[in-house]
Amino acid sequence: MFRNSYDSDNTTFSPQGKLFQVEYALEAVKQGSAAIGLRSATHAVLLTLKRSTGELATYQKKLIRIDDHVGVAIAGLTSDARVLSNFMQQQAMRSRMTYGRPIPVARIVQSIADRAQTNTQEYGRRPYGVGFLVIGQDETGPHLFEFSPAGTGFEYYAHSIGARSQSAKTYLEKNFDSFENATLPELINHGLSALHDTLQQDKHLSIANTSIAIIGPSDSAIEDLAISSAAKRGNFRVWENEGVDGLLRAWRRSRGEPEDGPAEETAAAPADADADAAAAPSAEEGQTAQGSEQAPAGAPAGGEDVNMEEQ
Amino acid sequence: MALYAQPPTSYSDPTTAPIEHRFNPYSDNGGSILAIAGKDFSVIAGDTRQSEGYNIQTRYARKVWQLTDKVVLATNGFSADGNNFVKRVKQRLEWYEHAHHKPMGLKSIARMIQTLLYGKRFFPYYVYNILGGIEEDGSGAVYSFDPVGSYEREACRAAGAAQSLIQPFLDNQVYFKNQQPEPGAAPFVAGNLPLSTILSLVVDSFTSATERHIEVGDGMEIYVVMNKGRTTDDLIGPGILSEGMHVEELGALGEGGGERTFLVTSPLKRD
Amino acid sequence: MSHHPAMWKQPSAHSSFNDYATFPLAQTQRHSAISHGATQHTQQPLVTGTSVLGIKFDKGVMIAADNLASYGSLARFRDIQRLHPLGKHTLLGVAGDMSDYQWLKKELDALLRQEEALSLTDSHPSLSPSNIYDLLANLFYGRRSKMNPVWNAVLVGGWDKNKKESFLAFIDLLGTTYTAPTLATGFGAHLAQPLLREAFEAKAGVDGKGPLLTQEEGEKLIDDCMKVLFYRDARSINKYQVAIITEEGITISDSKSAPTEWSFAEGLRGYGAQTQ
Repeated sequence: MFRNSYDSDNTTFSPQGKLFQVEYALEAVKQGSAAIGLRSATHAVLLTLKRSTGELATYQKKLIRIDDHVGVAIAGLTSDARVLSNFMQQQAMRSRMTYGRPIPVARIVQSIADRAQTNTQEYGRRPYGVGFLVIGQDETGPHLFEFSPAGTGFEYYAHSIGARSQSAKTYLEKNFDSFENATLPELINHGLSALHDTLQQDKHLSIANTSIAIIGPSDSAIEDLAISSAAKRGNFRVWENEGVDGLLRAWRRSRGEPEDGPAEETAAAPADADADAAAAPSAEEGQTAQGSEQAPAGAPAGGEDVNMEEQ
Repeated sequence: MALYAQPPTSYSDPTTAPIEHRFNPYSDNGGSILAIAGKDFSVIAGDTRQSEGYNIQTRYARKVWQLTDKVVLATNGFSADGNNFVKRVKQRLEWYEHAHHKPMGLKSIARMIQTLLYGKRFFPYYVYNILGGIEEDGSGAVYSFDPVGSYEREACRAAGAAQSLIQPFLDNQVYFKNQQPEPGAAPFVAGNLPLSTILSLVVDSFTSATERHIEVGDGMEIYVVMNKGRTTDDLIGPGILSEGMHVEELGALGEGGGERTFLVTSPLKRD
Repeated sequence: MSHHPAMWKQPSAHSSFNDYATFPLAQTQRHSAISHGATQHTQQPLVTGTSVLGIKFDKGVMIAADNLASYGSLARFRDIQRLHPLGKHTLLGVAGDMSDYQWLKKELDALLRQEEALSLTDSHPSLSPSNIYDLLANLFYGRRSKMNPVWNAVLVGGWDKNKKESFLAFIDLLGTTYTAPTLATGFGAHLAQPLLREAFEAKAGVDGKGPLLTQEEGEKLIDDCMKVLFYRDARSINKYQVAIITEEGITISDSKSAPTEWSFAEGLRGYGAQTQ
């Protein structure tokens, strides 16, 4: 049953100096669908690829608001994410109640990282099976952090986690020089391009599977201020479904593609369900590992014999 | 040697024992609040003086709070309790939004406030609350509370230092108490007054209370919450508000369902 | 019950000793019923400081307090400082119980050191004056709600670096909070606050929108008020310090005295032993 003798207990090192349970937890993050984060001098944005568990299910939300000035994208076990994001909401609330101060972003990330670390050192516990990209702004400007179940919380200019996130990382590494001075629309376009790179050949970004979160001053070119006070105040706001239509169109225009997107994209729309009914599930399956935010029940927990698609 | 005399170890006669000098955790910070409901709007107002005894602590302390895009709460009594109570209400509203991704409705907030107040039944918040806003059906509403959570929906309510001065006036003008309809005229219906009338009642209530009550004065904050789609012509525009009054629209707090909240401010006498 | 300083340390009418009120009576201690076992909370202040004054001026805020800590009517400690800086841009001026004040200093200093250490790792600026004020308000309200008050009235003065404006606010043992361009605790609320308001409004107007006092004018005003307080507050001393908080930081003056005039006393008749 066991693949090696050092993985049944999270507190025991292997002779190679590894904590296998932690490694497996990192695998759980890799099986979640992709999340991208990037920031400029003024903004931080998150872009995520949503999955649905099947034809009859809605797409799983991957963006969670923590406070006006902090939000996260998740990859991995949704239920673990719920526990951790609730803890973050408590921390954010506590800071506001006691000091009347929005919690500094680095500090709220540190608080969950510390929590995750104890799970790697205390007997009888398991690491969290979820990774976060955290964006936020505080007195020191906009920030992007990655939280991982290993108990780390590193800051990034741009980062990606989840399935096939290496492809996005390649894009981000190639382009991150231009992020610092990018406008909000440019930043979002870079994010969408990176997100697009995590898709399989026959899949496309659509209003059904793309969601975007922004922190920083609103840009009237892409945001309707009448709708959202969060946008007006520069707070954490999420755009999804019809809300991302304009952003996706602008992005396609910037790439010189047809604005309406590939015809196949409309497969998600109920009206055209018949046309692509056969193709959709298989494509979904290939990309999403059974479409769940978490690993399929029957799938191996991780390790060498899980051949992740990214290298 | 009186200085070194030992006090008696016990007092057989309790009347000669020292009077216990217990800490009193309460104070009364004066001021007054009121709210009046209209058909599709609600007006919630308070003065801005905060006092203790004969001392004016500050000429500007907030007693009226915007909770959501359609709900405003006014608090009166012991200001420390009031401020901390509002803080708790806002905290609960934030958690509600985390859980449900929408703001709590007026009548739910009213019930929640009852629960919070009664939760401290045996060490009460010394606060009189008046809640105003727009109900789910679009009607203007006012809820009033006692310090331990009894509450009811009403057409109007005054509370605080000048309650006894203002409430009879409102009973007469809003509930038409002690008035007779003209013979053959339609019977009076409470809660249907036009906005301009209600604003006049509010202003008159506070200017009169300022004249006759030392704890009322300095300034006045009047919140007007309007249902979506309602005209604002009777609030904004030249000649509607009297000299010295100022109106501003408070932007949406949430995703903006169309309800609009305005803040009308006006100075009151400072003596 | 009144928390006013005039009510502090007044001996009970039933007291069998200390008729001259030379020191405060610890009255609850003589209550055999409650002195047994039950947790004792501060039921009255013992060693106390009197008024603190605060005023906003054009470049910041100034806070003043004298150097006396009284033990009842005894001028017990005549060289204590009641102004306490917290970080670079916040300062407390404290009236009321001096042991509670010392405890408060210890707690807040510890908190600020912790914040300082955290900011070494994330470069986030430390707590602002209003952050510290909010914390204090919670602390005071929390303690009053446990029927164990922190027996002080505190003025918090500061400079908010983000908003580029001065900060001045009040908290007391009940958790009561308020802010105003001029503030005073205890006797100062009766004797000095009217003078402070008059001088402030003479320049800034009743709406406070006109020009504020200059630092020089402010210091002169504070000197005048401290003198009035020394003349009329029996628990005060003519030795006080003034703290100035501006964008540049905090300066606390050396102790100083207001020039006073007592020759009129020679002409008084009707008090004490007189030959004619």
